[in-house]
Amino acid sequence: MAAVRDNVFPTRMNLTVTKTRLKGAQTGHSLLKRKSEALTARFRAIVRKIEDAKLKMGKVMQNASFSLAEVAYITGDISYQVRESAKSATFKVSAKQENVSGVILPMFQPEVQASGSQFELTGLGRGGQQIQKARGVYIKAVETLVELASLQTAFVILDEVIKLTNRRVNAIEYVIIPRIENTISYINSELDEQDREEFYRLKKIQGKKKERAAATQREMDEKAKLAIDDGNIHQVVDDDSETGVRNILSEQTDSDIIF
Amino acid sequence: MSQTTHKTRTLIAAIGDEDTITGLLLAGIGDIDTHQRANFFVVDSKTTQEQIEETFTSFTKRKDIAVILINQHVAEDIRGILDEYKAAFPTVLEIPSKDHPYDPSKDSVLKRVQLLFGD
Repeated sequence: MAAVRDNVFPTRMNLTVTKTRLKGAQTGHSLLKRKSEALTARFRAIVRKIEDAKLKMGKVMQNASFSLAEVAYITGDISYQVRESAKSATFKVSAKQENVSGVILPMFQPEVQASGSQFELTGLGRGGQQIQKARGVYIKAVETLVELASLQTAFVILDEVIKLTNRRVNAIEYVIIPRIENTISYINSELDEQDREEFYRLKKIQGKKKERAAATQREMDEKAKLAIDDGNIHQVVDDDSETGVRNILSEQTDSDIIF
Repeated sequence: MSQTTHKTRTLIAAIGDEDTITGLLLAGIGDIDTHQRANFFVVDSKTTQEQIEETFTSFTKRKDIAVILINQHVAEDIRGILDEYKAAFPTVLEIPSKDHPYDPSKDSVLKRVQLLFGD
């Protein structure tokens, strides 16, 4: 993959911004990774519990069926009676929440209302005791089932969240961080390039300046030489014309006056 | 999935054969709401697959049901729908029935467990 990178203008400010983003991405990555690990640990515990509970459920339901068979043996078929007398649930569940690293897991809890108003008269003739016993067994069974159901809900939710988190972790690790790193190296190389250009430009300018200075110097020297020559000529002339009159201006040997 | 969503879900629904339903009703899960909708459904030899599917779908759409219990042999009939059903609420739980012992290898959830751990 030919250096996927963000489309940014290579400046120092953008370099700083991108470096901050890299740091942010790395922090996020490690946090998410830890979250995912915590969830996975939880998940494995739940899976183990589910397996146990499913096997337990098999036994419990078998027991329950057996007690119902006892009822049927003594009382006869009560299913019609039971079905007709069902009006409103006395066995309900309430959900309470549990928080596992930011994931809300519902835990169902069985709630049995004040017992037995519904079926008290069922089996009044005979087998009432068996029916009450079967009822107790079934309540126990349903409690097991509810426990299993909440485990299973947690399982489904955790499964989803773990997948999501892992996707994010991988996206950050394999897409976002490399891209930011590419961007940083791009900005760095561009800045280096600019530095080199700048350096070269300065060198060039310095060279030009030196050349120009040298040329000026040369000109000055030439002028000075000419001036000296002229001066000599003048001096010669002066010397020629001099008759005891001193030219003060041309004598520069005076010592400085110090007050 | 707001807090209110699972606060209002309090019922346990059941789809199964006569004995299972009788037992569960005896435990007191039975409920008939103001629209005369029951939260249980008895499957016998005359029940068609469409009826089961319809009942299951209507249970999953109800907002007051937290758990759906379904006999495994009934679940087998609508396995396609069950495998596709992935929502957390209501939770679908496969339970054994009197005539059909529980087979963990057929359970939708356990199948996913196995899949995840790649055995």
